[in-house]
Amino acid sequence: MDKAPRILYCHCKYAKVVPPEVKGEVLRQLCSANKPFDAVADLCEMAARRDPLLQRLAEGGPLKIAACHPRAVKWLFASGGAPLNHEQVQILNMRTQRAEEVVAGLFDSRLEPNLPAGKPKDGIEPASVSKV
Amino acid sequence: MENSESKPFHVTLYEGDGARALSPEMRHETVMALLEKGCAVSCVVGDGRDFCEASLVFGQFEGGTPAVASGNGGVEWRDISGWSAGQVAETAVAVCAERLKAQPGAWLPWFPVVDFDRCTQCLQCLSFCLFGVYGVNESRQLVVQHPENCKTNCPACSRVCPEAAIMFPKYAAAPINGDVVREADLHRESMKVDISALLGGDIYALLRQRSERAKQRFSKERDPDKALLERRKCLEKLAKDIPAEVLMALPSAEEIQKRAQEAMARAQAARAGGGRKD
Repeated sequence: MDKAPRILYCHCKYAKVVPPEVKGEVLRQLCSANKPFDAVADLCEMAARRDPLLQRLAEGGPLKIAACHPRAVKWLFASGGAPLNHEQVQILNMRTQRAEEVVAGLFDSRLEPNLPAGKPKDGIEPASVSKV
Repeated sequence: MENSESKPFHVTLYEGDGARALSPEMRHETVMALLEKGCAVSCVVGDGRDFCEASLVFGQFEGGTPAVASGNGGVEWRDISGWSAGQVAETAVAVCAERLKAQPGAWLPWFPVVDFDRCTQCLQCLSFCLFGVYGVNESRQLVVQHPENCKTNCPACSRVCPEAAIMFPKYAAAPINGDVVREADLHRESMKVDISALLGGDIYALLRQRSERAKQRFSKERDPDKALLERRKCLEKLAKDIPAEVLMALPSAEEIQKRAQEAMARAQAARAGGGRKD
């Protein structure tokens, strides 16, 4: 049996670009579902800190991410030293999709990979910060 | 560059074997409270998942710390039976402050994210940025070297990227926010660079020769005075985007000149070393 996709939710805490009603409803549904999931305050911050959790998620098999635009998420992970596997990641975009769509995508056992095509080039050193 | 002072701080909300489940409402309130404090939270149910990355594990442990706790050294377990969501979050913050020098959320994460599927290593961003955000690595390729130097809410460098390769995920509008780059966006972004680079020239001739110039525009033949002029013109055009406090924080004209020369020298050195791929 295939491994169930792990679920990651980004709260995008430090900006108001994700509609609060969307992320609020997505989180509420996640908490009601009695399923394991990971929630992070802000993916941007984690990428800047190169948080090792990103690498664990990127290397941990099928993954569904509720965050923002797939292109941004792809390169945030890459900049955090954790390039995503194109065949194992589906991103739900809380900036453009309705909460019901996002929740349905997260809970659907099928994975529909949708990372933008292309791969990080060799030798690209990810971003990091010194004042976090 | 790795920051030795910055260490991850993760919280697990454990509802697996040996712990009593939280109500959905309490789970939601608790996760929300922890996220609002800047924590990363793993919600574990059933037979659980490994949580060796966790620094702190919360749960309702009726019979004492569950068996799964053994072998997870360095992890702190807290029984939250009867606690409010606020108490859980406050405890997480207190433990975090105890262990780490930096608090979650102490830095507003605004910095450029480069789409290396689009980036051509032209290094215009490196030449343009006055705050030393960009650099080149040992392979002489572009890196975001000092994201902490980036000025919050300023997306100026993304405007001068001819490939629309620079994103600020927290920006409002496409394609800078990471949304799909459309042909029209690319055209518009290039136009801005061209216009700023050649104000007063024949804009139509400029457009016809755009692809050729793209390779030369910020090349070694550009002198620092011209670079400064272009930057100034570009900044004027971008005034709507750049927060007033950032404009106010710009260094003196002499300092800008000096930094422009330094940035240009770095870009030229990188190109001379073969970093350019186009």
